[in-house]
Amino acid sequence: MEGTYDVAIIGAGVCGANIARRLSAYELDVALLDKEADVSFGVSKANSGIVHGGFHHNKKYLKARLEIQGAMMFDRLKAELDFPFVRCGIVVVALHEDEIRAVEQLYAQGVENGAIGIEMCSRERMLELEPSLSRDALGGLYAPGGGIVEPYRFVFSLVESAAKNGVRLLTGWEASGAIREGEAWSLRASDGRSLRARYVVNCAGLYADEVSRIFGAEDYAIKGRKGEYYLLDKLTRAKPGRVVFPVPTSVSKGMLIVPTVEGTVLLGPTASAIDDKGDAATTKEQLETILRSARNMIPDISETDVITSFAGIRSILGEDYYIDASAKVPGFIQVAGIQSPGLTASPAIGEYVKDLLKKAGLVLVEKADWDPCVAKLPRAKDLSPFELDALVAEDPAYGEIVCRCERVTEAEIVAAIRRGHTTLDGIKYFTRAQMGRCQGGFCTYKILKILMRETGMSWDRITKHGRESTVLRGEL
Amino acid sequence: MRELSFDAVVIGGGAAGMAAALELEARGHAVAIVEREERLGGILAQCVHNGFGLIEFDEELTGPEFAERFEEKVGARPIKVLCGCTVLSLEAEGQDKVVSCVSSAEGVIALRSRAVVLAMGCRERNRGNIRIPGSRPAGVYTAGLAQRLVNVEGYVPGKDVVIIGSGDIGLIMARRMSWIGCKVHAVVEILPYPSGLTRNIVQCLRDFGIPLYLSHLTTEIYGRDRVEGVEVAPIENGALMTAKAFRIPCDTVLLSVGLVPENELSRTAGVTINPMTSGPWADSSLMTSVSGVFACGNVLHVHDLVDFVVEESRRAGAFAAAWLAGARPGREVRVKAGSNVRYVAPARVEAGRDNKLYLRTMIVKNDALLEVKLDGKVLLSSKKNHVQPSEMITLKLGKAELAGAAELPDASIEISIL
Repeated sequence: MEGTYDVAIIGAGVCGANIARRLSAYELDVALLDKEADVSFGVSKANSGIVHGGFHHNKKYLKARLEIQGAMMFDRLKAELDFPFVRCGIVVVALHEDEIRAVEQLYAQGVENGAIGIEMCSRERMLELEPSLSRDALGGLYAPGGGIVEPYRFVFSLVESAAKNGVRLLTGWEASGAIREGEAWSLRASDGRSLRARYVVNCAGLYADEVSRIFGAEDYAIKGRKGEYYLLDKLTRAKPGRVVFPVPTSVSKGMLIVPTVEGTVLLGPTASAIDDKGDAATTKEQLETILRSARNMIPDISETDVITSFAGIRSILGEDYYIDASAKVPGFIQVAGIQSPGLTASPAIGEYVKDLLKKAGLVLVEKADWDPCVAKLPRAKDLSPFELDALVAEDPAYGEIVCRCERVTEAEIVAAIRRGHTTLDGIKYFTRAQMGRCQGGFCTYKILKILMRETGMSWDRITKHGRESTVLRGEL
Repeated sequence: MRELSFDAVVIGGGAAGMAAALELEARGHAVAIVEREERLGGILAQCVHNGFGLIEFDEELTGPEFAERFEEKVGARPIKVLCGCTVLSLEAEGQDKVVSCVSSAEGVIALRSRAVVLAMGCRERNRGNIRIPGSRPAGVYTAGLAQRLVNVEGYVPGKDVVIIGSGDIGLIMARRMSWIGCKVHAVVEILPYPSGLTRNIVQCLRDFGIPLYLSHLTTEIYGRDRVEGVEVAPIENGALMTAKAFRIPCDTVLLSVGLVPENELSRTAGVTINPMTSGPWADSSLMTSVSGVFACGNVLHVHDLVDFVVEESRRAGAFAAAWLAGARPGREVRVKAGSNVRYVAPARVEAGRDNKLYLRTMIVKNDALLEVKLDGKVLLSSKKNHVQPSEMITLKLGKAELAGAAELPDASIEISIL
């Protein structure tokens, strides 16, 4: 038995993390559970990392209202939490005459939604904003409020803030059974652990349907829709200043060209329905589609700049989000079908779910000592030589560059480990080590050594991303 | 922040950097070597197999032994060695170059000099670079990383191995993994001929009965948490035969799919890069497009043998020393890659002296002819018993042969393999 909580949140993705952090402001005992080895290891780690511009969806949808509200919350969140976010703006490029008509509709929708500063652009204005765009561009739309965010860093910061304010994080905790006992739920994990909680929030992403079933709540099916991406080197010539969108189709917002906050360029995602929700494999056909589509908009994009490819899986339920108290069982809140613009909406989802819990009877008393800020970790790549020199004097580990491609120091690797990121992928997402052009070819063995030294783990327990993903298979 | 001054700063303390630094010091210049690892030697430290030094020392050494010989020479000379020190930036300030670097012992230091020698070596191409689709499980490593894990750290990255690409490090690792009791199921090469040296195909694959699949493409890596296998399909007449695809179960994939000179620092310092070599464009004195910045070894172009690296780097060191003493190249003639030649390095020769060039062919051929033309007229031609892309070709162009070039304005030399 791992204690009794007021609220247990199942799933430490971007929704669960936002809800946990929001609830951490009140006098509550909250547990945040995730089946993976680290937070953000599901849908939240592999997506476009966009704070949307508020013009893609009609306000009649809950997701559009949450998107608009959520987008406005990011500046404050960035000030409080240490994560990469820039409001770089979004352009939608029309390459055909009929696409101009579609862009006009997006513009009207954006104005209706209150998207700040949104404008229609002539070809001339478009090419002035983004000189790397194809000469075939006919015009488009510009939404200066849109932005880019590193999604896993956002989740890490939210969880760090929540934990600092008393939320208990339990990883490797896969919910496998639940019984209502009196006024609370008794939860069991697949490894035999258990806990009690008066309220449960189901943020299980792709597996929200299974969790709902475990609780005897609503019966629905989450479908997976795979999105494949290419990542380009920082030194690519084809880096736009803003996020470049094509004109959306009925299925998706199309394949984007994203200048990431960290300086790389992301191309994608594709959209293909999959049966196996764990199938994050990339395919030759889809990857070729990405390059073709991206080159339509920015012809300079070159295959030689590709440093990696990956796939993320969207959790698809219906046209809109399903965020509500269960009508079938008590003390159970559903947060399901959170596809795009889920990342943008997530801070507003935190607010919304807090209100749902209150309506369901949870008493919210603000903590007098709630601290919204987390300590900012200095990162060598962002420092001037003078700043770095001063830091090395304080902590010599800042003088050891472990990852040469992304300039990550030993001090940052240690900081990641001490914050609980003890898999190679966790360290990668927190520090960017292994994320650059050599993809870990030079630094992996150094990280393994630091990881063993800092945690005391033996070589056979080191994994890439938890479960059976062991990195080493023997010792000489 | 401390500042130190030298005549020349060498970036990288592998074989190339040490050879260049020794040459500069021997000519009376104050030299510093900046090396990011804890000791000199570069990648040689993990190359515990032998075969190094046949040309340089006329004997067969292991990588660490080869490195040690140079390390001792450096240690015996007044060369400033900064180990555990990573270069952050290289900038030109008027006539000076400033190299900023950081180490845990010294913090950030600025090294001011008139000349800089780039000797940063190369890195391995990885899965993303060759875009193998599939899942992203643990167990996919570059051959060099596996070599480090096995030879230096003492860990076994996996038991059932498939090696993608037949580059030399992959071949060496096929033998190494077999020696430590692992099963190497296949080496898969997209090209119709091996990418590594012939001696490595024989000694590392044939002697161990490891199948080499030429003209085969790896179409997928599969496995959720750890690699479970790869899917491979033959290429026939240039077309991928997906109907003939087959799976090879394994828990580990090692990639040996080529090396890329590591020039990000050079690029940000304004050095222009030759897209064929991914190394700097260099003149006849191995000077890059930035005056006073020289390049040698695998950062200039990828070499087969460390002996060649050392030879080239000595020249670079000597050229840099001459440049510091005020010498400037005389009449230079452009060198172009002609038929069946991928690149020639450097792409300039000086008419008034002997020149040494390295080139790589694009074809496999017996009884080939190497032909050098000056403005269309054959200057020299020599027979080659066998040429292949993985074996670098050395060429000397003497003062006498270039005598005619000095008079021709805009002359160019074209080198072909026929």
